[in-house]
Amino acid sequence: MRIIISACSVVRDPRATPKPLLQQSSWSSLWHLEAETSEAMSNGSAGSRPPDMTNPGRPRAQESFPEPPLMKAVFTHLSYGILILLGHVCDFLRKLGMKRDPYTEALKNEDLFKMNLDFEMFFTRNIYRRIRDCWNRPIASAPGAYTDLVDRVSDDCNWTFRYTGTKTNCLNLGSYNYLGFAENTGPCADAAYQSTLDYGAGTCSPARELGTLDVHKKLEALVARFVGKPAALVFGMGFATNSMNIPALMGKGDLLISDQLNHASLVTGAKLSGATVRVFKHNNMKSLENVLRRAVTEGQPRRLRAWRKILIVVEGVYSMEGSVCKLAEIVRLKKKYKAYVYLDEAHSIGAMGPTGRGVSEYWGVDPADIDIMMGTFTKSFGAAGGYIAANQDVINYLRGASHSTTYAASVPAPVAQQIITSMTIIMGDDGTKEGEKRVAQLLDNSRYFRQRLTEMNFIVYGNEDSPVVPILLYEPGKVTSFSRELLKKKIAVVVVGFPATSIVEARARICLSASHTRDMLDYALKEINEVGDLLLLKK
Amino acid sequence: MESGPVDLGGFYGTVDIHLELEERLAKFTGREEAIIYSYGFATISSAIPAYSKRRDIIFCDEGVCFAVQKGLAASRSKIKYFRHNDMDHLEQLLEEQLKLDKKNPAKEKVTRKFIVAEALYMNHGDLCPLPKLVEFRNRYRTPIFLEESLSFGVLGEHGRGATEHWGLKPGDVDLICASLETAMGSTGGFCAGKSYVVDHQRLSGIGYCFSASMPPMLAAASIKGLDIMEGSPQIFSQLRDKAVAMRRLLRGTPGLRVCGESVNPVIHLQLACPSSSRDTDDELLERVARECIDSGVAVVVAKYLKEELKLPPASLRVTVCVELSEDELEKAAKVIKTAAAKHIL
Repeated sequence: MRIIISACSVVRDPRATPKPLLQQSSWSSLWHLEAETSEAMSNGSAGSRPPDMTNPGRPRAQESFPEPPLMKAVFTHLSYGILILLGHVCDFLRKLGMKRDPYTEALKNEDLFKMNLDFEMFFTRNIYRRIRDCWNRPIASAPGAYTDLVDRVSDDCNWTFRYTGTKTNCLNLGSYNYLGFAENTGPCADAAYQSTLDYGAGTCSPARELGTLDVHKKLEALVARFVGKPAALVFGMGFATNSMNIPALMGKGDLLISDQLNHASLVTGAKLSGATVRVFKHNNMKSLENVLRRAVTEGQPRRLRAWRKILIVVEGVYSMEGSVCKLAEIVRLKKKYKAYVYLDEAHSIGAMGPTGRGVSEYWGVDPADIDIMMGTFTKSFGAAGGYIAANQDVINYLRGASHSTTYAASVPAPVAQQIITSMTIIMGDDGTKEGEKRVAQLLDNSRYFRQRLTEMNFIVYGNEDSPVVPILLYEPGKVTSFSRELLKKKIAVVVVGFPATSIVEARARICLSASHTRDMLDYALKEINEVGDLLLLKK
Repeated sequence: MESGPVDLGGFYGTVDIHLELEERLAKFTGREEAIIYSYGFATISSAIPAYSKRRDIIFCDEGVCFAVQKGLAASRSKIKYFRHNDMDHLEQLLEEQLKLDKKNPAKEKVTRKFIVAEALYMNHGDLCPLPKLVEFRNRYRTPIFLEESLSFGVLGEHGRGATEHWGLKPGDVDLICASLETAMGSTGGFCAGKSYVVDHQRLSGIGYCFSASMPPMLAAASIKGLDIMEGSPQIFSQLRDKAVAMRRLLRGTPGLRVCGESVNPVIHLQLACPSSSRDTDDELLERVARECIDSGVAVVVAKYLKEELKLPPASLRVTVCVELSEDELEKAAKVIKTAAAKHIL
């Protein structure tokens, strides 16, 4: 009965205007699939492992995500419970007029925005506010291996800050400066400067309305060559590359299968597209296959039609987990179920693979098997903006249908030039070995740092080869102490807690860079070790 | 300063130059605080969903631009559109909502309401009657979000935007959002308003929290732009005079009619007799634009996507720059008229 219904359901919906270039899922696959027996499936471990191109004799890169110890989970929940209780007490006192602080002063005039209604606003004023000196720390120099942090103090428990006028030079373990291109001297800076003189600061127009410069054409050709696809399109903002192009590619009647921990830009793009979204467990190939099977055998709910198309959306490197997507297995599944793959390489382009070409190179997957490759220029190229690379038909379609090319300003010329220069260096087209050196240095730094932290008994997540190293902290008090103690030692780290991560798994996220030397890392490791002992962070 | 930001605003992506730009923008617009976004489109489309959620209500003009429409979609709020610039229709909607609120005061207490409009409409070229909106704001206790991308650096004696143009107090409009990619000629955008309101976006504006900050070099370019705007306040009245002059010169263009507010430097030339096919109209205008470009005058056909709420009429868009002389404007108008005569009639 199910097969008959499924066969009937593949009659094309006359109301649907098919997106011209991504074809409908082949209905012949319906006939060949059996009912779910998902428990027997293995968890992607059958997929190919990355051939270690830098050192063939080395064991393959491992990934680990240890479960939080029970006591830590208990204390974390207890901490948040106490903070929430305290927050309610403070709000009650404010209502009675017994507590005066800048928030009550601001709300004296009638609050038309009703700012006290949501939990997130409660959280902001009562919990986040107490510890917000750990975030939004302004810097006063290029965010290289060292950066100048602007000193600030608060006289009123972090409601407001006062700048003391001084700066502190700190070791920077927080910026996404993977290949060390965040420099204000050197060939990139010179080229960007010249470009500003030639073209000015902004383009003042969308790409379709006199906003396309010859630099953009050059950049698009270079990006396509770099990632190994026939064509590419560039956009002025990395976040917007996802949030404004996924709606152009997907619509009603399409299915978007998203990793549980995908970035906010992918989630926004998925929501705005109008497509149905289903989520699979983070990097879990068994879960992905279950979702695909169900999608292909059942079709659209209530309409008994096949999905017009199915798109699997994953990231190369997940910036909060440090994990690397199992790309080879995903490609195998997409071929089996006739779906498409959208790969977001924001953190992996330039940072993974022997020549920095991203996770496709890392896993030895042919870029032709990945339908849409997306990435950003913010992390490894020291610039801004994003790109989408695919075959020529898709790029031609996107040029006319993308929200960004129609309504948003194109990449500013100096930024485009920065990307061109840095990409040329990474590819080695400038005649030097600088690019190769930086990529190798980044990998070496990532492996060394993670290995040393694990030896010190810290709980570290992620893949051994990933430049993102999350150290688990758990309790909110430890999150802030870790950040403040290291700042005293002149080390700038990024800490992340609820709601950006799950309530139990607050962490410090270290981003390594090719500009970090072994001495810098050793200093950082020594100080982190001391703070780890002080705060009882180790296993 | 290098041309890349390399980090999110919350994680060492805030450079001291961003703080300076925020302070300068707040001072220039006469507000308590400003927040900077790295992309003009992301500014209003992140600001609206930061405050308005699923159970809230937004009263919005039908003629708003695509960025606002995306902000409304992302908020998941209940949107009540009023006919373009029709204040009576807006009043009617607000009265209806008032009646519903009186019937259910408990629900009213937890529902936010907002009015969203553009100071100078990008798709239509006309002004919104801001004093009337402010009257509704005060009467119905509904804050206003005003999109000022085309009015910032254009309207007002000192280029401060719509509030200055209409002689209102900055506090009358609760939140303004503007792109720095238009009059400022740089990149990004900003929102300005009361401190406790704007500060909320630092954690809730997704285009701010989850995106890298503006390249410092382009922030510096914006600061310099502000220096020029503050140092040469005469450029705003000069720009508006040239806009008026260009409209006068373009009047009588064969087959096209001049639309929009007279002081708006963005001039839409719509087809006087559009056909039934939008594609045909666009192609015709493309031929006119191509002819103008070949004769040395760059104009564009305004581009829209099918997903627009209400597709604006096909138009040729002519933008006046303050640096163009009277002669250049006359020559340009002549070229446009010749091209239009050749292709349209």
